[in-house]
Amino acid sequence: MNQLYYRPLSARSIANKSLTLFALILTIASTLPLAFILAYVIIKGGNNLNFSIFTTLPEPPGDDLSAGGIGNAVLGTFIVTGIAALIAIPIGIGGGVYLAEYSKRGPFCKFIRFGTNVLSCVPSIIAGVFVYGAIVSTRVISGSTFSAIAGGISLSILMIPSVIKTTDEGLKLVSDDLRKGALGVGASKFATIVQITLPSALKPIATGIILGISRAAGETAPLIFTALFSFYWSQGSQSLLEPIASLSVLIYNFALEPYEAQNELALTAALILIAIILGINIMTKIINRLIN
Amino acid sequence: MSQKVQMQNNKYKPESMISLEDVTIRYGKYEAVRNIYFDIPKDRVTALIGPSGCGKSTVLRAINRMNDLINGCSITGRIVFNGVDLYAKEVDPVEVRRKIGMVFQQPNPFPKSIYENIAFGARINGFTGDMDELVESSLRSAAVWDECKDKLKESGCSLSGGQQQRLCIARTIAIEPEVILMDEPCSALDPISTLKIEETIHELKKHFTIVIVTHNMQQALRVSDMTAFFNAEQLDNGSGGKVGYLVEFNKTDMIFNSPTEKATKDYVSGKFG
Amino acid sequence: MVIIFGIYCLVMTVPNGKESQFLLRSRPPSEKLIDVGFKNLAIATASMVAIVLLSIVAIVFAGALESMGKYGLHFLFTSNWNPVTNEYGAFTAIYGTILTSLASLCIAIPLGVGTAIFITENFIPQIFKNIIGIFIELLAAIPSVVLGLWAIFVMEPFLRPILNSLNHYMGWIPLFSTGASGPGVAPAILILSIMILPIITSIARDSLNQIPSRLREAAYGVGATRWHTIFNVLLPAAVSGIAGGVLLALGRAMGETMAVTMIIGNSTNFNISLLAPGNTIASMIANQFGEADGSQVSSLMYAAFVLMSLSLLVNIIAQWLVKRLSLKY
Repeated sequence: MNQLYYRPLSARSIANKSLTLFALILTIASTLPLAFILAYVIIKGGNNLNFSIFTTLPEPPGDDLSAGGIGNAVLGTFIVTGIAALIAIPIGIGGGVYLAEYSKRGPFCKFIRFGTNVLSCVPSIIAGVFVYGAIVSTRVISGSTFSAIAGGISLSILMIPSVIKTTDEGLKLVSDDLRKGALGVGASKFATIVQITLPSALKPIATGIILGISRAAGETAPLIFTALFSFYWSQGSQSLLEPIASLSVLIYNFALEPYEAQNELALTAALILIAIILGINIMTKIINRLIN
Repeated sequence: MSQKVQMQNNKYKPESMISLEDVTIRYGKYEAVRNIYFDIPKDRVTALIGPSGCGKSTVLRAINRMNDLINGCSITGRIVFNGVDLYAKEVDPVEVRRKIGMVFQQPNPFPKSIYENIAFGARINGFTGDMDELVESSLRSAAVWDECKDKLKESGCSLSGGQQQRLCIARTIAIEPEVILMDEPCSALDPISTLKIEETIHELKKHFTIVIVTHNMQQALRVSDMTAFFNAEQLDNGSGGKVGYLVEFNKTDMIFNSPTEKATKDYVSGKFG
Repeated sequence: MVIIFGIYCLVMTVPNGKESQFLLRSRPPSEKLIDVGFKNLAIATASMVAIVLLSIVAIVFAGALESMGKYGLHFLFTSNWNPVTNEYGAFTAIYGTILTSLASLCIAIPLGVGTAIFITENFIPQIFKNIIGIFIELLAAIPSVVLGLWAIFVMEPFLRPILNSLNHYMGWIPLFSTGASGPGVAPAILILSIMILPIITSIARDSLNQIPSRLREAAYGVGATRWHTIFNVLLPAAVSGIAGGVLLALGRAMGETMAVTMIIGNSTNFNISLLAPGNTIASMIANQFGEADGSQVSSLMYAAFVLMSLSLLVNIIAQWLVKRLSLKY
């Protein structure tokens, strides 16, 4: 009978325990960086945090004691991301609807699916290079070079595949019975999609799109030579054709400056950017749970 | 089964609503049902019965072109409705479905309010009358008004399975189709809900032509005036596939009490299927 | 003619004399037009994907043509990058791209797979699994420019003494043959591993979760220990999914720009040591593209084209592997 007793010192038990311990260490090691990064940004960035930072402009690097604020960068991040969303959401939803509702395993559909996957893997810096080559250097948009619109277009290239995938997958979750029900009362395909299937899939699609937008808000590489940067407020619609500030580019530029004040401003901007992105992430999760 | 025998078995009704003429339906290369002939009479209930895999649902779905949604499904022969071949090139399947409504096996209310469930179809069909009145009369005809009248704004999915199915029937009635197709409407329901649906069908046949697929012979006996018995036979090519065909079509009491075919007799007396 | 007349009859049929209430019993042309128009709109938007993708390839390729003609394949294997004399070879950047991404995989794979095992098998209560899962997701949401910032101000200064003692004791190994005096390849590798860790963890977790529980039960049923089961049954079953995730992570690591640019030092001179500054294609583009002109732009486009081809290749293999996984069960 006592062969069934657990022997804590058998080779097997020791091997098992040490492997479990090893896995625990690996797990802790992979969660630590997040904790370190959040702690550092919150403590250091929070130091400098006050209301006036949102209302003032950054100051060009120099040996001043103050680097100014990030007001225009916060506004610019919202403007550029907003432009990107305005472009990517209709295209992405349209493409997703095509893939989920219309395509019939044809070669075109396969090509679009493949293209969506490839586009989602294009390095973000390449999107910047492309928009620089196609829009900034050719001055096709009213003769302007670096501009908020160019920045928005280059971010939208990164958003489109994620919106398409989200829409496609969201629509695939809608039961075919619903489609049949709608067609059964004589609804056209258009009415079925717009009034039945899309509203039924609204929640996963909206969630995916919001998360996609929040990810785009933190992108830097596509902006550094499309939207560039600006030390001034964007005012009026004309400013969409001019270079614009954004939090991410501000962080990049100021982090590499040799001046303490600029570095601190970059940290504060990082705190705000993380707060916006993680805030959207967490809010979306909470709202989703509440709706359920 | 030769076509000739089938033709003889069909007791032709002059007031027929829909005629199936030599209908063969294929999924890809494989035939699902072969050489179907029969006429669906107006303002009667026609039941399609038979063992599983005999293609009775496939035939039903062919009548309002629901099979169009299935990749690779094709049909030969004619299905004539009011003198028009439903599969003629010029026919718009969406319009066909506005005149030939359908109730499905699984209750599938839209994830909208009960009121909107009814109003959706009516609006799509360009309804100009009093919507409140239409919602009430449709729900009454489907015998679900009493359960719903106090919660018209609640989601259709909050109802029980049997109520959902009657809501789906109400939704179909609301667009006033000429024909209502029902694909095993009670198979997902409990006996009491089934009974209620059957009572509803009895009421509905005063105004509508109804075609119902059922695997429950007692149900066919209870609700239908005419019955079509389908069977399936093994294909000769050794693939193990089956093809469905129509064995007998007649008044329901004839099918159940004095069938002419032995297969029908065996099936209705419970010897197979 | 007969058919048209038939349709006319179909349209005009009056059931129960109530036809007047349903105006759209037959569809007016406008409604059909909307239906067809909507379909075409969907097709048009779907085509945008193809158009954008092809234009990206076309623009980058066109920009690279000049440099391609001038340097040919030689470009890939020479490491002199000199805007003053207009001599360009991208070997340093290509080597840096491949080295940093492969090395970061070596760090991130054990961490990611270990974590995935820990949060899928029954080691800890569900609530902790969820918390760790959320941590990993949040790490994925941190913008790379913020990771770069942290790398500059915290990680690199912290690492420097460690790296210098590596040089001191193991300097005879070429990889550690220089001292660490600031930004360099080694911190870039570390920050890249942090960036790709969430990808590997979440795909490994999904692959492990997808394994049917009957496999697990079968292994326990014949008396295998937990780690026996993990090593001999679960990991082999999940391996193609994990491999797909690893390749996706590799693709991401090769294209990753900001964090690397900020910490790698952006040196165009080739140095075998991991402790010295280096370069990747993406960081070189980010760093130089804004101020470049003439044949430097073309050479950067050529490098971009190389990067695109590399990441396309890796991602196609990755997707093929992931798809094979989803067909398996």
